[in-house]
Amino acid sequence: MRTSATAATHFERFGLSDEQLVAILRNMLLQRTVDNRGFQLNRQGKVPFALGSEGHEAVQAGAAMAFARGRDILVPYYRDLGLVLGVHYPVIDLLLSMFARGADRAGGRQFPNHFGNRELGIMNISSIIAAHLPHAVGAAYAIRFRGESGRAVLASFGEGATSEGEWHESVNFASVHGLPIVFLCENNEFAISVPQSKQMHVKDVAQKAAGYGIPGEAFDGMDPLLTYDAVHRALERARSGGGPTLLEAKCARFLSHSTDDDDRTYRSREAVKELRKRDPIATYEAVLIANGIVSEADIAELQREVLAITNDATDRAEALPLPEPHELYKNVYGDGDFEPWR
Amino acid sequence: MPTTITMPQLGETVTEGTVAQWLKKPGDRVEKYEAFVEVSTDKVNAEVPAPVSGVLREIIVGEGQTVPTGAPIAVIDEAGAPPDAEPVADAIMAAPAMGTLRATPAPSTQRPRQPGGNGIGVSPAVRRLAREHNVDLANVRGTGSNGRITAQDVLDAARTAPAPARADGGKSGYTNPIPGTTIPLSQARKLIAQRMVESRRAAPHAWTMVEVDVTNLWTWRTREKDAFERRHGVRLTLLPFFIRAVVESLLAYPLMNASFTEEGIKVHKDVNIGIAVALPDNLVLPVIRGADKLSVKGLAVAASSLIEKARRNQLTADDLAGGTFTVNNTGANGSILSAPIIPNGQAGIVTMEAVVKRPVVIEGDAIAIRSMMNVCLSLDHRVVDGFIAGAFVTDVKKRLEAMGPSGTL
Amino acid sequence: MAIAASTREMNNVEAVRETLHEALVRDDRVLIMGEDVGARGNVFLITKGFLEEFGPQRIIDTPLAEASIVGVAIGMAMEGLRPIAEIQFADFIYPAFNQIVGEAAKTRYRSNGDYTCPLVIRTPYGGGVRGALSHSVSVEALFYHVPGLKILAPSTPADIKGLLTAAIEDPDPVLFLEHKKTYRLVKGPVPDGHFVLPIGKADVKKEGSQLTVVSYGLYAHQALDAARQLESEEVSVEVIDLRSIRPMDRETILDSVRKTRKLLVIHEDNKFGGVGAEIAAMVAEEALFDLDAPIKRLCGPDVPAMGYAITLEEEFMISTERMREAMRDLVNF
Repeated sequence: MRTSATAATHFERFGLSDEQLVAILRNMLLQRTVDNRGFQLNRQGKVPFALGSEGHEAVQAGAAMAFARGRDILVPYYRDLGLVLGVHYPVIDLLLSMFARGADRAGGRQFPNHFGNRELGIMNISSIIAAHLPHAVGAAYAIRFRGESGRAVLASFGEGATSEGEWHESVNFASVHGLPIVFLCENNEFAISVPQSKQMHVKDVAQKAAGYGIPGEAFDGMDPLLTYDAVHRALERARSGGGPTLLEAKCARFLSHSTDDDDRTYRSREAVKELRKRDPIATYEAVLIANGIVSEADIAELQREVLAITNDATDRAEALPLPEPHELYKNVYGDGDFEPWR
Repeated sequence: MPTTITMPQLGETVTEGTVAQWLKKPGDRVEKYEAFVEVSTDKVNAEVPAPVSGVLREIIVGEGQTVPTGAPIAVIDEAGAPPDAEPVADAIMAAPAMGTLRATPAPSTQRPRQPGGNGIGVSPAVRRLAREHNVDLANVRGTGSNGRITAQDVLDAARTAPAPARADGGKSGYTNPIPGTTIPLSQARKLIAQRMVESRRAAPHAWTMVEVDVTNLWTWRTREKDAFERRHGVRLTLLPFFIRAVVESLLAYPLMNASFTEEGIKVHKDVNIGIAVALPDNLVLPVIRGADKLSVKGLAVAASSLIEKARRNQLTADDLAGGTFTVNNTGANGSILSAPIIPNGQAGIVTMEAVVKRPVVIEGDAIAIRSMMNVCLSLDHRVVDGFIAGAFVTDVKKRLEAMGPSGTL
Repeated sequence: MAIAASTREMNNVEAVRETLHEALVRDDRVLIMGEDVGARGNVFLITKGFLEEFGPQRIIDTPLAEASIVGVAIGMAMEGLRPIAEIQFADFIYPAFNQIVGEAAKTRYRSNGDYTCPLVIRTPYGGGVRGALSHSVSVEALFYHVPGLKILAPSTPADIKGLLTAAIEDPDPVLFLEHKKTYRLVKGPVPDGHFVLPIGKADVKKEGSQLTVVSYGLYAHQALDAARQLESEEVSVEVIDLRSIRPMDRETILDSVRKTRKLLVIHEDNKFGGVGAEIAAMVAEEALFDLDAPIKRLCGPDVPAMGYAITLEEEFMISTERMREAMRDLVNF
């Protein structure tokens, strides 16, 4: 498994330009800011539920950079705030979803972080772990069926999902048919409170790939550039007909699973403090500064910018109304009628 | 100890009542809450439950007689002295008689309407059909399992029912007359006769009419009716649209919403629209109170509810009170012209006649086939002259012709 | 349904086959996936020859994994294909329950119309074929409860073709139930060429005046037989074939009950909570004052399944004689 290749003395940029390197940092900062905003609103009593993704900034910014916007299809899971931001999910849409406003793309029906945006190629998801993966495989089948080379599906999930039968069935189907799909596991070692040791008998999720006869690769998910490289290679393989890959990004979850969880019941504060020493944002900032790509002032400017964007989106979303009660009855069926007795 | 029973007040504004039928005769045992007399006001009949248990000592007001609310109508002897043909004018009875009376079993306290058959329940269809066809289930032989009265039994009984020689208990042959016989007057018929004569005598009736092009309104209604019925469970006819137009015209011409009194013309603040509902042997005018505050949708629901109640004979005195203007859907019977009689105390009554497709001349002197509906107005000439009445009815026409698919229900 | 220029006589399984074939020819986006649908041509030979004609991309032999048979099909449908997923026997559908109820049914709703799921799930159901505990169940009651799904269970060849075509062309997920005993047992004329029947409309298969019988599947035919036999006793029974379980046809049922005043629901599925319960509740709600007798349901017993032994199967299944008796009793009530 590759660990850091971004020490100051040996900086590997994997073909990315300065702009792209900075874009990665901006995405990470934006992710953390919007992420925190959810919790702030929750503590203010304005939003009943929030999910955190702190610790996942590197893997999501790196994967997003490898994703071909307008061509690839993304099937994320509910912790992928940064990943969808990286494929240009509008910040206002995230806030509309948090506030459950009628103008939300899903009409205020979904929990926050249950992304979906057909125009951006993001398949909409439910809360059910691994239920989205067969859909991702079906989408991969469809694009291959239509002969659309140069397109692939990026499906992401946590390590807990790999225990679900539907995870196995999805990877199995995709590998039998050699489909253009990358399975990206963001392994933060906790499925709510259940640690990896109780979730599986192997040390690396990537080892499971052998059972399907497909390539498996684990890497440091706290490093956005290593992530970019791994995801990019896997997506290229898929786009050119090379079939599926199982990727495992080793990362960490700094917060509890959600506002309905309290990780103090299963993790010590010292353990979390240790994790935070590897904060991907701080680490990456240091690397960029050391290599002259950004200055402290640049970073401060980026922080101001993402905060302003977040504040603007928050204010605009909050000012909009909740969905009208009669909206409950729409879109059950295509003909607009929900009544079972006709 | 005798208790004097008085005429109850059967509605907020009711001041008198008529004894329709005594359900007990002097000497009969009466239980507390048991119905012992039927009283009517306007056309609502109500059974009066006894306030005490005892024996009916004396009937003071006979059937068909009308007395003011609060007037004595009967005496019930609470102590339960043995049945005695002579009415007791003075009060106190000897207490010891109570013991002997208790030994004799009280007569059946069944409510007057018993299901036919031998104790098997009557099905909802049978109950409804019996009411609709005026069939007394006590006279129907059941051919269903275990002697059950079936729906077909009721329908057969209704077809072969003999013509009544004389009516009893309010039942009349009015809807099924046999030529050459005299149909006794029911309570309802007496009241209708009385009221119509009063109205004609008091108010000099004048009459006018307009033709209304309801083509757009009809289109609108046709477009909305299925969704409306699905959503509200109520059929959408032209009636609520008509009432809405009438209400708005009444607000513009308040003299039409008034009453003639010796003290002056009383212009009403409330707009309470009566709807004429024709039943097989009765004509009732339930009232939509505050009709000016209701949308077409609200009027449809309110009207449907009142008409349903009328058909099920469940109108209360309050449902019938307070009307300030009346609407009659004579068109439902196919009529294209009517000269209705104004309900007592109102300034007018307006009808909606049948919608008929006719060739008419439209703008530009072209001829088109349009859906035309006549609207007729009978007016009390003491209250309004042709000037106001004509303007009013023309206003109704304008409003109806302006209604179309771009409106809101 | 327009009068067809010509019809051909065929049985139910041939009707399914012909419909699928025509759909594959007509629309490039249609594909069929399931266990043994390719080389084997489906265990009832419904897709025999399809693999050779349409190729392995469109006729997919899937791994033995029901959740992904439906789940992958959902993804295909969301991405614009028109997949027809087959569950080999309805008894095997349970692993796919999450994907059917939690995902397919909700795709349009949770995305507020951004994504749709035009998917057909076909499966043979029902007993009377010595199928024992795991090849005989009825599953409609488990699914008809779910908003967002449509459930069809036609019983004649023409109804099958018209409704299966409608299901394939429908923008929402449709569970298409085929009673396996009727596959070869029921024959009838089927119009040539493309036609659709409306989803949500029942069919009065026989008119009558004294009793309304509502049924579907195999029992629609038995009920029809029973009703025809009763004509010789001058008993007039109206038989309605539901065809569509969700949405269900309110007007046809109510019009009939208002005419006959009595209702008997007959279905093979267990009685408690079966489709008959919803029909009885609706009729009681909307036509109580038209009923001259209690609503009766003649249904499968409330045991997990019919057994392999012939005596156990026959105890579970309802004979035409029993149906006749029930009809006669209610008419005479």
